[in-house]
Amino acid sequence: MSATLKRIPWWRDRRVVPWIVQAAVGLVLLLVITLLVGNLVRNLTAAGMLLSWRWLGQPASFDVAESLIPFDASMPYWRALLVGLVNSLRVILVGLVGATLLGTAMGMASFSGNGLLRRLARVYVEVIRNIPLLLQLLFWYFVVFLALPNGTAAFQLPGIVLSKSGLYLAWFAQGFSWQGPELVNGVWQAPLRLSVEFTALLTGLITYTGAFVAEVVRGGIASVSKGQWEAATSLGLHWSASMRSVVLPQALRVIVPGLNSQYISLAKNSSLAVAVGYVDLYSVSETTLNQTGRALEVFLLLLGSYLIIDLLISAVMNGVNQLVQIRER
Amino acid sequence: MTSIQPGPESGTNPPLRPARPAPESVQPSWAGALRQELFASRTDGLVSVLLIMVILAAVAGLMRWALAQAQWAVIQTNTSLFAIGRYPVQQQWRLWLLVVLVAALSGVSWGLLRAFPRADRSGEIWPFNDRLAVALLGFLAAWLPAALALGLPLQLRWWLITALLVTMRWLAGHWGRSLPSRLVKLVPLSWPLLYLLGMILIAGGLGFPRVPPSEWGGLLLTLLMASFAILLSFPIGVVVALGRRSSLPLLRWSSVLYIEFIRGAPLITLLFLGQNILGYMLPGGWAPDRVWRAAWVLTFFCGAYLAEAVRAGLSAVPPGQLEAARSLGLSMPLALQRVVLPQALRIALPAAVGQFISLLQDTTLLSLIGLLDLLGTARTVMANPEFLGKNAEVYLTLAVLFWCCCAALGLGSRALERRLDPTHSPV
Repeated sequence: MSATLKRIPWWRDRRVVPWIVQAAVGLVLLLVITLLVGNLVRNLTAAGMLLSWRWLGQPASFDVAESLIPFDASMPYWRALLVGLVNSLRVILVGLVGATLLGTAMGMASFSGNGLLRRLARVYVEVIRNIPLLLQLLFWYFVVFLALPNGTAAFQLPGIVLSKSGLYLAWFAQGFSWQGPELVNGVWQAPLRLSVEFTALLTGLITYTGAFVAEVVRGGIASVSKGQWEAATSLGLHWSASMRSVVLPQALRVIVPGLNSQYISLAKNSSLAVAVGYVDLYSVSETTLNQTGRALEVFLLLLGSYLIIDLLISAVMNGVNQLVQIRER
Repeated sequence: MTSIQPGPESGTNPPLRPARPAPESVQPSWAGALRQELFASRTDGLVSVLLIMVILAAVAGLMRWALAQAQWAVIQTNTSLFAIGRYPVQQQWRLWLLVVLVAALSGVSWGLLRAFPRADRSGEIWPFNDRLAVALLGFLAAWLPAALALGLPLQLRWWLITALLVTMRWLAGHWGRSLPSRLVKLVPLSWPLLYLLGMILIAGGLGFPRVPPSEWGGLLLTLLMASFAILLSFPIGVVVALGRRSSLPLLRWSSVLYIEFIRGAPLITLLFLGQNILGYMLPGGWAPDRVWRAAWVLTFFCGAYLAEAVRAGLSAVPPGQLEAARSLGLSMPLALQRVVLPQALRIALPAAVGQFISLLQDTTLLSLIGLLDLLGTARTVMANPEFLGKNAEVYLTLAVLFWCCCAALGLGSRALERRLDPTHSPV
């Protein structure tokens, strides 16, 4: 027995080879990492820019166009970055809801009995998915929203006004009085105003992600066996009723994991806000970098923030996934 | 009795709404089909009429704008800028040479593909799709240069290049079989060689004067970045996917770390890393040009996503395949190379091409870090006071261009899938 084992050369011995491979890979990785980090430390030290967070407390001295929390130029950098983060979260949250609604509607429309509606849903998905998001955002902002009329010519619906200066919505003003948008000296005013940058970004993100969500929803509905549909119909349920209470609950098992990755990519794509002038986390970070030169710290903050947002979305979606699983008795 | 209405064409879903059963005696006519599709019930009819009105209004508005209001001069005067950026005029013959070579090789490859059909396919040399493609090419060659108001010599060049492509397609299709097989086997190999040659032609070297990357631009830069990242990300993706499924903990954990780091961050922050921090991390003088730094970031970015696609393909291959190969005495690398990877990559193909399409779209982000890719060039053109406010024309043109490229990639991927599909081959 031991004589046979001895005859196996070491380079074919399954007890030895894995360790050699790992040692070799580890050595190469170690070399590369020490080279990169060593250079980074040396060069940053030479430039007097070694990792430090003290600059976060210095006044930002730049203004932010829109902010949910009070901010002015005399406030410190960390406050400016927080404003950016809040703005990012705002567009991500509203975008998630919008993309889900649009995507679900379009995904269901691709199963409609109406041939025109069905094809229209396909055309929407095929057009949107094959055009870069950045191009779409620029299109919405520069071609659609900045070309809107202002003043009395603005698009008006009850409680909603859409003009070049933004989207004005009716909301509760001062206590509980419901107040709609009104024209004061040629300028629209409303309790709730969304900037045109925010509206353009939101529109672009929702229509883009909506197309991907529609595909996820379509795949989920297609995964439900036809028999379920026929059974629901033979019980006398209408199209909408069978979709709502028979097909969709079963499709959700397939849809929810797919939605998770689309939601994360929406969160990451929101960083393209910088192209349409909406002040999100990335945009504030870029300004901060230009003023302080703190590239490494800014990058680490960006990386950490998006990582946390991704993890949050994943955690929530995993919870939802637990809820929609079929509980077997 | 309920019947499920059959889908009108492949690629659309069969409607799940059970249609009212049609009387058996009535012959299906186009009017009947239309009625079934659009006016099956009162709500359906209402929805259809509404949609038709909206579509008609949209199409009419678009046509009115495109033909009467839009000023396409912004595209026509800047064609060269959009195509190649500020590439030096004296060296542009090198790009023309490259286009000619690509056209010739495409024609030859296309023709050989038809001359050597798969055993289970009809060996038609000019199938319907090919005739359609040639007609489309002819139309584009006749219409596009004229629509772009190119000078007559330039128009003539494009006609000749198209003619060359179609001629090579015709020659290779008809006489490909009589070529010596050694020559035919060289054709797939000539594509990577052409890519290297193209790099030399574009960048200079080997006696050609150098053209620095800062002078590349427009479509040239976009295609170069996308193709570079796609080609190099492929080996990265395969290696990392194998690493992630490896039983060796060090390989597995370093692969996971790489993939999750890249996938957790938006591309723009990674480009930010490449532009602002990479310079500090490399020894002095090693840091590549801004354009190449972005190219490497794109490559590693695409590699991580590709690794996930390949990993899905690897997990779809039954473990018995690897075990069987190992028990036949193949070493691990050989078993992976000959048995597992060919199957896994075929399964991963659609997801991989989807990734390539999104990479092509992601190259537009280069414009945000100040590079002059197609979108970056477009934005400099629109900053020119002469063309201020011509956003709609420019963005629409770019959208059509990107749409065509991405849709073509998708079509190509589906064709390749069918060609590689083992279930249809007579074994």
